[in-house]
Amino acid sequence: MRRLVYLLPVAVFGVLALFFVRGLTLNPRDIPSVLIDKPVPEMNLAPLPGRPADSGLATADLKGRVSMVNIFGSWCIACVQEHPVLNWIKGQGIVSIHGIDWRDDPAEGAKWLRRNGDPYERVGADPPPGRTAVDFGVTGAPETFIVDKQGVIRYKHIGPVTPEAWEKILLPIIRELEQK
Amino acid sequence: MIAEIGHFALILALAVAVVQSLVPLAGAQRGDAAWMAVAGPASMAQFLFVGVAFAALTHAYMVSDFSVLNVAQNSHTDKPMLYKVTGVWGNHEGSLLLWITILALFGAAVTAFGRNLPPGLKARALSIQAMVSVGFLLFILLTSNPFERLDPAPFNGQGLNPLLQDPGLAFHPPFLYLGYVGFSMAFSFAIAALIEGRVDPAWARWVRPWTLAAWIFLTCGIVLGSWWAYYELGWGGWWYWDPVENASFMPWLAGTALLHSAVVVEKRDALKSWTILLAIVTFGLSLLGTFLVRSGVITSVHAFASDPGRGVFILGLLTVVVGGSFMLYAVRAPSLKVGGLFAPISREGALLLNNVLMATGAGTVLLGTLYPLFADALDLGKVSVGPPFFNSVFLPLMVPMVLAMAIGPLLAWKRGDLPGVLSRLKLAVALSAAVAAATWVLQGGSAGPWWAAGGMGLATWLFLGTLAEFAERVRLFRSPAQALGRALALPRAAWGMTLAHAGLAIFIAGMTASSAWKEEKVQTMKVGDTVEVSGYAFTLAAVRDVEGPNYLATEGTFEVRTGGELFATVTPEKRTYRQPPRPTTEAAIVGTFLGDVYAVIGDADPQGGGWVTRLYFNPLVPWMWAGALIMVVGGVVSLSDRRHRVGAPTRARGSRPAAAKA
Repeated sequence: MRRLVYLLPVAVFGVLALFFVRGLTLNPRDIPSVLIDKPVPEMNLAPLPGRPADSGLATADLKGRVSMVNIFGSWCIACVQEHPVLNWIKGQGIVSIHGIDWRDDPAEGAKWLRRNGDPYERVGADPPPGRTAVDFGVTGAPETFIVDKQGVIRYKHIGPVTPEAWEKILLPIIRELEQK
Repeated sequence: MIAEIGHFALILALAVAVVQSLVPLAGAQRGDAAWMAVAGPASMAQFLFVGVAFAALTHAYMVSDFSVLNVAQNSHTDKPMLYKVTGVWGNHEGSLLLWITILALFGAAVTAFGRNLPPGLKARALSIQAMVSVGFLLFILLTSNPFERLDPAPFNGQGLNPLLQDPGLAFHPPFLYLGYVGFSMAFSFAIAALIEGRVDPAWARWVRPWTLAAWIFLTCGIVLGSWWAYYELGWGGWWYWDPVENASFMPWLAGTALLHSAVVVEKRDALKSWTILLAIVTFGLSLLGTFLVRSGVITSVHAFASDPGRGVFILGLLTVVVGGSFMLYAVRAPSLKVGGLFAPISREGALLLNNVLMATGAGTVLLGTLYPLFADALDLGKVSVGPPFFNSVFLPLMVPMVLAMAIGPLLAWKRGDLPGVLSRLKLAVALSAAVAAATWVLQGGSAGPWWAAGGMGLATWLFLGTLAEFAERVRLFRSPAQALGRALALPRAAWGMTLAHAGLAIFIAGMTASSAWKEEKVQTMKVGDTVEVSGYAFTLAAVRDVEGPNYLATEGTFEVRTGGELFATVTPEKRTYRQPPRPTTEAAIVGTFLGDVYAVIGDADPQGGGWVTRLYFNPLVPWMWAGALIMVVGGVVSLSDRRHRVGAPTRARGSRPAAAKA
């Protein structure tokens, strides 16, 4: 009986190790999105005031090449933090970035872009209640989706895009999708 | 060329480590002195080779050799030299090399200072140490080679992360590693003792200073990290129960317990198998921390770039080292001779109680840290465990521990007199109750949190209890004239204990106050606006754009007034570094005896009127840093005790002074 007590540490460690083995195959950052690997929802969003008349965002615009769709809003503080990074990514000329001005007054969104820089090729206005972005699978702003050449959503990034996230996660996915 | 020398030196170190892990151990089993003697020169050679590799990588960083991939990814010619050098360990591969260098350093130190060790114990311990080295050298050579070349070499590197260019963070990892790896000494000696089947006071006398040194380094490392988070992250907090913080805190808890149970082994020849277990657990938790940070199993704000391939390797290493050790423990520990017996109420009893509470504390932190993993693995959904869990489970465990901490040192060995001790602490009881009551009244009763009074009372209790023990020891009240002389003649280990316990008391006061009465105001301010926080009126006097060498910043100027008088003018900044853009917060902090005045400026309000500002008063935060520093000083003083001095001749057992303890 006394001997069994001495086996306790190794037993506890064994259980822990099993969990670690399982844990290595899981990704804790994965937040399941039902819309991953589904086509982009049907949409036809109006452009923001002050931008070219044909620069709204429609389903067809997301076909033919790999693109990023960024959800922002003039009310969103974290978007201010993220924005210089998007401007910087645009400067690299690797991928076209589109925006959805979500749950926002389009005039405010346009003003916000004039102040913080405009990295977007197309921007669709999705004023309240913002149904289109919700159809996309948005849970909050900022979020960024990667859409492949066929117009299928391949990845969803939650929260601000950081230089690290761009280099380590988003860019490799974009490169891979471009090969296909 | 130099990078290839470094790579080659690592391979040589691996070869030496393999020899060192096998030959001396076999020699000790066979009783062959020549084989055992291999351990000494081998540990020196291993240190030499690993040192060459470390120097080679440091050289590559200093001359910005971007043909080395690791340097290209993590350095930049514009970095100040200090941060080029500290950049060596600011990444996965380099920090692993630092780990191994420190491990080899400790191995060499055993050879250098351990002349009076029993040869069998020394040979076995060095072999165990070398086995750990083999594991880590294989890990670095197979999965994380820091000397990998990059062709063509870029014109400049990518590594200018401004968050990492900071003295607090630059020296945080070396201290942590000195702590983590330092516990490998206790581990190696514990395994050696298990193989020998003998644990005696001489063993504990050897293990204690190493454990103490590791504890000092780890304490420094944790405090540096916490201090950095406090002034750089700009949220006014200093501890977030983040998995990576927990990864360093768990070995600290277990190591603190080990430090105290080793005292019992040394003085009373008791608690042996428990001490051995703690030594294994402490180092095991250090390895677990390494695993968690580098495998991607747990998400955290400061995890290294994680890679499942590395995760598999390090999990294998963890399983071999910790699983193997526990297995050996299960087989050998039951046959360890049971030493001195003691009554539950005794100094041994108090130390054991503290040990159990510390270990339980470490267990709860482990549970909270790993719970998201358990839930994910069992398909219970994604959960995160935050401060509420830790605060409501861990902190209550620490209450009885602190209560016992003041009493334990006053109890006699073997059989203590609790009523007698309590009657000597009457004054401390009364004053602690008075402080608790005064705290309650001053915070306006239930206007403040209910536990604040308890925390302040507890801090007072520990502080006075520690002083009372010291006063008793120097007979301050019975013969005050000779008290000073007696105090100077006390063993330094006794001074060390008094300082460390008093430091913890001061820390607890700071922690309680800063958690209970922190005042935080977040608002949008325009120039000219005034906001009052805890009696300090912050006026936003000006906001201007500042251009630094590689960043643009918004700098706010706050005039802080108290009672109408200008107290300070502070200028927090919000910086955006260029290429790639990266925001950082430079909080402005002015410390006073009673707390920190802390101001942060955020983004311009999107609606165009003013700036988001966060203003804090953090009561008694300087006490926390001071308390932690006093604990470290206590450790250093105790380490300088001649009885701890490594290699000092051992005294005959009977002649040790009765007052001796830690």
